Amino acid sequence: MAFENLSTRIQTALSGLRRKGKITQDDVNEATREIRLALLEADVNFKVVKDFVSAVKTRALGQEVMGSLTPGQQIIKIVDEELTKMMGETAVGLNKSPHIPTIIMMVGLQGTGKTTTAGKLANHLMKTEHARPLLIAADIYRPAAVDQLKVIGEQLSVPVYDEGTSATAETIVTNGLQVAEQNKNDYVIIDTAGRLEIDEQLMTELKNVKQIAHPDNILLVIDAMTGQVATQVAEGFDQSLDVTGVVLTKLDGDTRGGAALSIRAVTGKPIIFTGKGEKLTDLDNFYPDRMANRILGM
Amino acid sequence: AKFRSVDENFFEELEEVLIESDVGYETAMQLSDSLRTEVKLRNAKSKNELQTAIVQKMVELYEAGGAGKNEELQVTETGSTTVYLFVGVNGAGKTTTVGKLAAKLHGAGKSVLLVAADTFRAGAVAQLVEWGKRVDVPVVRGKEQADPAAVVFDGVQRAKDENFDYVLIDTAGRLQNKVNLMNELEKIERTIKKVLPDQPTEVLLVVDGSTGQNALIQAKEFNETTKLTGLVLTKIDGSSKGGVVLAIRNEMQLPVKLVGLGEKVTDLAEFDAEKFAIGLFRGLM
Ligand SMILES: Nc1nc2c(ncn2[C@@H]2O[C@H](COP(=O)(O)OP(=O)(O)OP(=O)(O)O)[C@@H](O)[C@H]2O)c(=O)[nH]1
Ligand SMILES: Nc1nc2c(ncn2[C@@H]2O[C@H](COP(=O)(O)OP(=O)(O)OP(=O)(O)O)[C@@H](O)[C@H]2O)c(=O)[nH]1
Ligand SMILES: [K+]
Ligand SMILES: [Mg+2]
Ligand SMILES: [Mg+2]
Repeated sequence: MAFENLSTRIQTALSGLRRKGKITQDDVNEATREIRLALLEADVNFKVVKDFVSAVKTRALGQEVMGSLTPGQQIIKIVDEELTKMMGETAVGLNKSPHIPTIIMMVGLQGTGKTTTAGKLANHLMKTEHARPLLIAADIYRPAAVDQLKVIGEQLSVPVYDEGTSATAETIVTNGLQVAEQNKNDYVIIDTAGRLEIDEQLMTELKNVKQIAHPDNILLVIDAMTGQVATQVAEGFDQSLDVTGVVLTKLDGDTRGGAALSIRAVTGKPIIFTGKGEKLTDLDNFYPDRMANRILGM
Repeated sequence: AKFRSVDENFFEELEEVLIESDVGYETAMQLSDSLRTEVKLRNAKSKNELQTAIVQKMVELYEAGGAGKNEELQVTETGSTTVYLFVGVNGAGKTTTVGKLAAKLHGAGKSVLLVAADTFRAGAVAQLVEWGKRVDVPVVRGKEQADPAAVVFDGVQRAKDENFDYVLIDTAGRLQNKVNLMNELEKIERTIKKVLPDQPTEVLLVVDGSTGQNALIQAKEFNETTKLTGLVLTKIDGSSKGGVVLAIRNEMQLPVKLVGLGEKVTDLAEFDAEKFAIGLFRGLM
C-alpha cells in the first residue's frame, strides 16, 4: 500500500529518539538527515523537503523539546504536527452550490485519471446523496475519450451529454449545462482532455470553459506516482484556473506518495478525494491527520 | 580560493537539479561525485567547459550502464513476424505509443497488425481502433470482456498466417503490485510463444516521464513477470525530465528505446542520450 515504505523509514529515523532522556544537537541533526532522505526517496518535492526539515529542526532545538522531560516523544509529536500541517489539518469536502446544479470540472495532465474519477464521483454522489448527476464529455482530442465516458455512464446508469468530437469544448459545455437545467440534474461533472500545464492554447480552452460554467469545484487530478514535477504542475493549473481541490489517484499502488505531501504545501489547495483502484467504487475521502498518523505508525 | 567556493556551490546546485529531475537521491550523489571528478580532471573553468564536460560524462555514464545491450528496437530476420509487447502502469501512454509506432513502421513500408489486448478499461478497444483508422493499420479485437490472452492468440496467429512484418500488442494498464494482473501478463507472453516460439522480440515498459522513484519499482516488477528489453519514456514534452530512467539504467541496464514527445502521430522519437542529458540540466546552465 502507498506510503508504507515512507512510514517505515521515518519511524526508523525517529526510533532512536523515542526513549532518550536527553537529546543533543547531533541527535537532532542525524534524525532530520534521515527524515530528509526518506522524504526525498518518497518523491516529496525538493523545496518542500527543505522547508519541512528546517521547520522541524528549529522546533526540535527549541525550548519545547529541550525543556521537556521526554524530548524524544516531543520530537515525534513535532514531526507528526508538521506532517499533518503539510497535508492540511482537516478533511475538506466538495463545494456545494446554493441552487442546483453544483458543477464540478475535472482537470489535469494526460492519463492521471480524470475520466475514471468523473465516473467515480458520479457514483459517490448517487450513493451518498441520492444525487442525479449529468456527465459532460468535453474531451474532443483523445481518441475514443467520448466512448470511454459513455461506457462509464452506461455502467452507472448516469446520463452523458456529448456532441462527438466536432464541436468545441466550449459549445459542448454550454449545451450540456442547458440539458442539465432542463432535466434538473443536481450535479454536473465536466470531463476535460488531459493537457500540459505549459500548453497555453489548451489552458485557454479550460479558462473559457470555466467562464462559461462557473464551476463550484475545479478538481485537479494528480497521479500519486508523480515525481518532483508535481508541485510545478499543480502551481501551473492553479495559476491559470484557481483550482479548488485535488484528487490523488492510483494510491492502490506501492508508491511512497510524495506528491500528496508536496501539493498542499505548495498550492495550499486541499486533497479532497483519493482513488484506490480502477473500479467506479474505488474513491475515498481524504483525511490528512489520519494519513500523517499512518505515516508515523501512530 | 574564490573559484573553489563557486565550484562547491555549483555542485550543490547540480545535486539539487538532479534530484529535481527525478534521478533519485542516490543516483544524484553518484552522478555529481563522478562529475566533480571529471571537471577537476579536465580543469574546466568556464561555464561552457563545465557544460561540455558534464554532458559528455553523463552520456558516457549512460552508455557504460548498458554495455553490450541493444539500444535500438530489434527486428527478427526478414520473412518472419516481429512481435512487440507493450506493458506498463495505468495511463502511462501504451496505447498512444502503439499508435505512433504503427504509423512509423507503416510509413516505412512495413505491414503492421495491432492487437487490442486491453479488454478491461472502458473505451480502450475503441481507442486503439481509432488509432488503427488514423494510421491505416488493421486492429485485431476480441469480444467485449474477452480474455486478453485469447485476443493475443488470434492476433499473433493471424499475423503468422498472413505474414505480417510486425505485431504490436497493446495491453491494459496495471500496477505492478497487483498479482492477478501481473499473472495475466505472463499468460499473454506464454500465448505469444505458443504461436511464435522466439517472440516477442521486444517487451517494452512504457513509463510516464513525470513518474518519480516508483518507476524503478515498476521496472523491477514488470521485469520479473515478462523480461523487459527496453523502456519507452513518454510525455517528456512537458515539464518533466524523466530522470528516473537513469536510475533504472544504473540498476538494471535497461535502455530507453523510444521517447514520446506529444499526442500527435509524429510525436515519437528514438532516445538521444546527449539531448536527454542537456534536458536534465535545463535551468542550471
Ligand atoms: N490502479 C488505478 N488505476 C486508476 C485509478 N484511477 C484511474 N486509473 C486508471 O488510469 C488510467 C487512466 O485513467 P483515465 O481516467 O483514462 O485518465 P484521464 O486523466 O482521463 O486520461 P486522459 O483523458 O487521457 O488525460 C486508466 O487505466 C484508469 O483505469 C486509480 O485510482 N487506481
Ligand atoms: N503530452 C503527451 N501526452 C501523451 C504522450 N503519450 C501519451 N499521451 C497521452 O496520455 C494519455 C494516456 O495515454 P494512453 O496511450 O491512453 O495510455 P495507456 O498507457 O494506454 O493507458 P491505460 O491503457 O489506461 O493504462 C492520453 O491522453 C495520451 O494522449 C506523450 O508523449 N506526450
Ligand atoms: K501518469
Ligand atoms: Mg480522460
Ligand atoms: Mg491503453
